[in-house]
Amino acid sequence: MTDEPGPVRGPARLRGRWLVAGILMALVAALAGLAFGPVNLPPGSVAAELLNLVPGVHIDSGLSEREIAIVTQLRLPRVVLGLLVGAMLALAGGCYQGVFRNPLADPYLLGVAAGAGLGATVAIAIRGTTTGEETVNLPASVPVAAFAGAVGAVVLTYALGSVGRRDRSPATLILAGVAVSSFLAAIQTYLLQRNVATIREVYSWILGRLATAGWHDVLLLLPYAAVSAATVLLHGRELDVLSVGDEEAASLGLHPQRSRYLLLAAASLGTAAAVAVSGLIGFVGLIVPHTVRLLAGSSYRVVLPLSMLFGAAFLTLADLAARTVTAPAEIPIGVVTAFFGAPFFVLVLRTSRRAT
Amino acid sequence: MTAVEVSGLRVELGGVEVLHGVDLAVRTGEWVTVIGPNGAGKSTLLRAVGGLLPFAGSVSLFGTPSSRLRRRERARQVATVAQAPVVPPGMAVLDYVLLGRTPYIPPLGRESAADLAAVRDVLAGLDLQRFSARALETLSGGERQRAFLARALAQGAPLLLLDEPTSALDIGHQQEVLELVDALRLTHGLTVLTTMHDLSVAGEYADRLVLLSAGRVAADGPPREVLTEALLARHYRARVRVVDGDHGPLVVPIRPLSTVDKSIDDPGGFPGPPPSD
Repeated sequence: MTDEPGPVRGPARLRGRWLVAGILMALVAALAGLAFGPVNLPPGSVAAELLNLVPGVHIDSGLSEREIAIVTQLRLPRVVLGLLVGAMLALAGGCYQGVFRNPLADPYLLGVAAGAGLGATVAIAIRGTTTGEETVNLPASVPVAAFAGAVGAVVLTYALGSVGRRDRSPATLILAGVAVSSFLAAIQTYLLQRNVATIREVYSWILGRLATAGWHDVLLLLPYAAVSAATVLLHGRELDVLSVGDEEAASLGLHPQRSRYLLLAAASLGTAAAVAVSGLIGFVGLIVPHTVRLLAGSSYRVVLPLSMLFGAAFLTLADLAARTVTAPAEIPIGVVTAFFGAPFFVLVLRTSRRAT
Repeated sequence: MTAVEVSGLRVELGGVEVLHGVDLAVRTGEWVTVIGPNGAGKSTLLRAVGGLLPFAGSVSLFGTPSSRLRRRERARQVATVAQAPVVPPGMAVLDYVLLGRTPYIPPLGRESAADLAAVRDVLAGLDLQRFSARALETLSGGERQRAFLARALAQGAPLLLLDEPTSALDIGHQQEVLELVDALRLTHGLTVLTTMHDLSVAGEYADRLVLLSAGRVAADGPPREVLTEALLARHYRARVRVVDGDHGPLVVPIRPLSTVDKSIDDPGGFPGPPPSD
């Protein structure tokens, strides 16, 4: 068997069919997110209505004024935000897994999301006490504060996970992440107790607030997402090189630490911006990159772009589930992702234990 | 020409000095193997030559001080195979060997057709073509070691550093890999610097042996001068017998007398017990 010549195969790269599959998945998920909900609309009509948004296109979708408003004003910003947040969290998860060479890394499990959450809470609390008015839109300072919190948390987790030992086992880093998350959550709770006026707002935000998504949130997230995605995607090959270990990467002419810090910052920026607009949504960064790896290959040049597409689709579908399962009530989206993600985590933990 | 020139090399690891002023010179095309007991500093010496850790003293590669080489330049001069290289999960052999082209690929760039052709050549040369699509982790020990070598060769560097290249292999695969390295050295004009535990094998393949003991060079010369019962007894605290082989001295470990049945009258002319320093 092994003596037979293997199939002639090129180097790992993003194959067209996977790219198409990813784009299709994201489109189908977006269409489902727009069409279904408390009011179900025919997907074909919704698609036609979407095309109508393109300047110069006029198609009769057969939807009423009210239904058009549901699609374009209520659901569209929410779906777009879901796509962006899902893409960011999945990309960040894939990136962290490469940077830490740890299959369990996820923005949520590393404490990055908690750090971003604390940063955002501080920003909201400060604003809440100074203006005292009902906050409809998030202040622009929230992503910045969330980024500071995210970077602080990941640095803390990394430092804690490497105390007293030169090589970190996958589980050590996650344990450190849990400790950091708990610590930051404690501070956050304390801040909330001190600022009762903002407690409701922050809580609804913590549990995932795609429900109140508007174009404002999309615009807030977009620039950070673009910078983060561009930086991480451009470094796909470096992540592949890092996968052979720091010393070998250095012997191949790379600056492993420099690449690592840059990628950490970029992934944390994306996570922070996503958390700032959507709250804490776990496990997307774990489920999606691992599934992509199983399906399409392990090179980061494949995993990262596909994770963005499939992550976008996954979170949009999770959001659809969150608002339809118990309609008209909504489940927080973080509950939906955790429902799928926690068993998945156990699965990854089992297989990565067996491998080592 | 001198491929490697090391002088007064001192290395600290975790606040403890591991190498205390090592001098070493390797001529171009030469095969030098560093031997020595565990903890003597063999791997550290190799890593310092490869520029993988900070050191005091000087290391020159092909006449240029290592400190003046940029990382990518150095990676085109020296290729290293670590003692137990990390095997990235799920990576195909072809992709793994392509990583060796990193010093030729601009930052944020991608492999060119020339890089791919170079890698295909290396794979063909090492009879690895049929494995190119296989995941590295599914290869056997010997095949894997060849893949590690292929990645190093893909770097196109004239100096090859091999840290314990055969420690994970059975005796047949040890010979296969070392014969391969020797053939590559001759065809590609490579300079080879390795560490090795098996003294007989070390002596059979290397032009010169460097015995490192407690961070200092204890002996440096052709295998016949370094592999002596007295030197090995002193530095390894080992009882060995050195016999003549076709390609150099062969070192045979002998069980220490004190633990052998005391009733044996004739110990067979074993050397005396090793001195206790």
